[in-house]
Amino acid sequence: MSSTLAIPLPAPMPVRPEVGARKCATTGLNVCLTAEKFIKLTAVSAVVFLLLGGIAAILLALTRWQAVHLLPVDWFYRILTFHGLNMLIFWILFFEVAVLYFTCTTPLNARLFSAKVAWAGFIQMIVGAVMVDYIILAGKADVLMTSYLPLVAHPLFYLGIILVATGTLTGVFNFFATLYVAKRDRTYEGSLPLVTYGATAAAIIAVVTLLHGAIVMIPTFTYAMGWTAQPDPMWYRMIWWGLGHQSQQVNVAAMVAIWYLIGNLTTGAKPLNETVCRAAFVLYILFINLASAHHLLVDPAVGSAWKIWNTSYAMYLAVLASMIHGFTVPASVEFAMREKGYTKGLFGWVTHLPWRNPAFSGALLSLLIFGFIGGITGVTLGTQQINIIAHNTLRITGHFHATVVGGTSLAFMALTYYVIPLIFRRNFIWRSAARAQPWMFGGGILLVSLGMSFAGSMGVPRRIYDIDHSGAFGPAAHLMLGVMGIGAILAAAGLFLFCILCVGTLLFGEKTGNRAMADWGVAQALAGSREGSLADDHWAVKGTIALTAVFLASFAVYYFANWKALADVWPVR
Amino acid sequence: MSLAIPARDWFKPPVGAEKLWIGLALLWCFVMSLMMPYWHFRGKQNSRGEAYAVKPTAFLERSEKFAAANKVGTDAAGNIIAEPAPGGDAYLLARMWSWTPILKLRQGETYRIHLSSLDLQHGFSLQPLNMNFQVLPGYDHVLTLTPTSKGEFTIVCNEFCGIGHDKMFGKIIVE
Repeated sequence: MSSTLAIPLPAPMPVRPEVGARKCATTGLNVCLTAEKFIKLTAVSAVVFLLLGGIAAILLALTRWQAVHLLPVDWFYRILTFHGLNMLIFWILFFEVAVLYFTCTTPLNARLFSAKVAWAGFIQMIVGAVMVDYIILAGKADVLMTSYLPLVAHPLFYLGIILVATGTLTGVFNFFATLYVAKRDRTYEGSLPLVTYGATAAAIIAVVTLLHGAIVMIPTFTYAMGWTAQPDPMWYRMIWWGLGHQSQQVNVAAMVAIWYLIGNLTTGAKPLNETVCRAAFVLYILFINLASAHHLLVDPAVGSAWKIWNTSYAMYLAVLASMIHGFTVPASVEFAMREKGYTKGLFGWVTHLPWRNPAFSGALLSLLIFGFIGGITGVTLGTQQINIIAHNTLRITGHFHATVVGGTSLAFMALTYYVIPLIFRRNFIWRSAARAQPWMFGGGILLVSLGMSFAGSMGVPRRIYDIDHSGAFGPAAHLMLGVMGIGAILAAAGLFLFCILCVGTLLFGEKTGNRAMADWGVAQALAGSREGSLADDHWAVKGTIALTAVFLASFAVYYFANWKALADVWPVR
Repeated sequence: MSLAIPARDWFKPPVGAEKLWIGLALLWCFVMSLMMPYWHFRGKQNSRGEAYAVKPTAFLERSEKFAAANKVGTDAAGNIIAEPAPGGDAYLLARMWSWTPILKLRQGETYRIHLSSLDLQHGFSLQPLNMNFQVLPGYDHVLTLTPTSKGEFTIVCNEFCGIGHDKMFGKIIVE
């Protein structure tokens, strides 16, 4: 067993030299060279967009922190548009294509379906993204990410987004085609590995999401060209959020798949029950698709019944899915640690986790921030009536910085600590800084999210240049914007450090050649412990039981506190 | 194992702690689902989305007519203050970048407040109460509102509407 990974992997089938693969010196798995090339291309592009979005982020935070108020008003809204698209769309989608190309090839011992299709997808995506960024910075699309009609941007803004969407769909097609060919050619026997299964769920949701994007963006583009009439603004909101919110569910599915993967690589964790984990991914696919409603809860012309049904989509079964993963991921890690011999008390195993491994600490912080902050706030704010005291305030921004940034982006960063050594075959430079990076970024984002959430609870709007003219917001709100600002400085420092580490490693990192990657540190088994020793103990994960009990209690307190806050405002029907 | 092909016999029902958690989580989801219909019938704050199609110019006309007929004074800057009859209709027009007219309401009375926009989308955000509703051009969004506290309340815009967005205010006075 390799000392750099916590898992013994089965010997893969022999590689035929003519099929263009190499055997990984660390895992022993076969890596398709075509997939590897496109993973490199899309991952590097993703990090470039992350850097652009990060520069925008710090400018924005230092403007909303009223004591600093950095940017002029026109550039504030321009950079806000730029930040949203680069972070939420470009960084995430490019990285997700890299994740898809990895999960459909290496774990299945398969080859990527087509390099030509991969090029077609990548070129559309990169041309579209550059087009959008150029038009925004040229000052021709100050419409924010949502570009709500009747606001109208330069036609190339919409065309760029359409190209990014079709490019991503092309990549998703390549993923499904690869799965099909792998099954047909029997490159593997049995069911898909869990990480590929999770990525497949993400890909299915992505198709539905991107179709919404096409439905809403094409008539908006033709309107901007002057060819057709203006689409209805309410229709636009409903369909646009079919793109805007569901694309975040793609992130959730990809992020959860990464949690399982990193738990596996660093502690040897395996799902307690594959059926449960897989069923939870199926719940995402089936019940997440009406989340557009979360953005329309205080809108005109959609009635109570529509709002209530569509915000809880079949008794919150998608929330149930996240709550299941929130149990099964830590439970699988705890179970693995207990089988390694760390059986003391509720949390005796915690101190022996591989804390110095940045992939592990990043994934763990991602899980905690996503669950405790992002998840609890999200479900509460998405409650039909509670939305009255939250809509378009900074509470919303506080919520999604905990899900998409503290959750998804941090999980993607964590995975990068394995992607670069395994795919680019270079060991990280400045490893002590790498070990600190997830803590800086995660800690910073936590402050950003809390600062925003509390300011929003006091009514401070999102997406606004200045809150002082109104005279409606006092020193407490300003204090919270300061907390957000300090968090943003810390998070931006973590983000820039991440970019420096990645770029520095790609340029100067030690080449591993045919050797295994340098060890980040994985959980070690105690002498005398035996895998499988707890196989029949269904209550072994006592620490996770305690953790999830605390989670459920926090959830209930926050949820009912918000009902109480709602009951205190004026009656309205 | 997440990265490897699972064993053939992976299909098993949940047991033990995992089964308990799934049950608890499902129960909690059920409670949250029931809270919304409960509040719809028993709670006092609901967003029903009552709305009627209206041309922006027609809404402008209605709101000006309302302001002229119900004018009770002007503020220092010369903005009209209008007081609707208790139980009656009031019109609040959003445009780049103002909310007009100023509304004067009585505590404990119920009003039908009509919200619409002349141009872009706007966000009705009543501070410091922190009640928020979306305002769209072409939609006459009706809130049946009962002020229960006295004072001067500021309406800020919380949907981006161009360069003057942060200077778009209105006022509701409750006596």
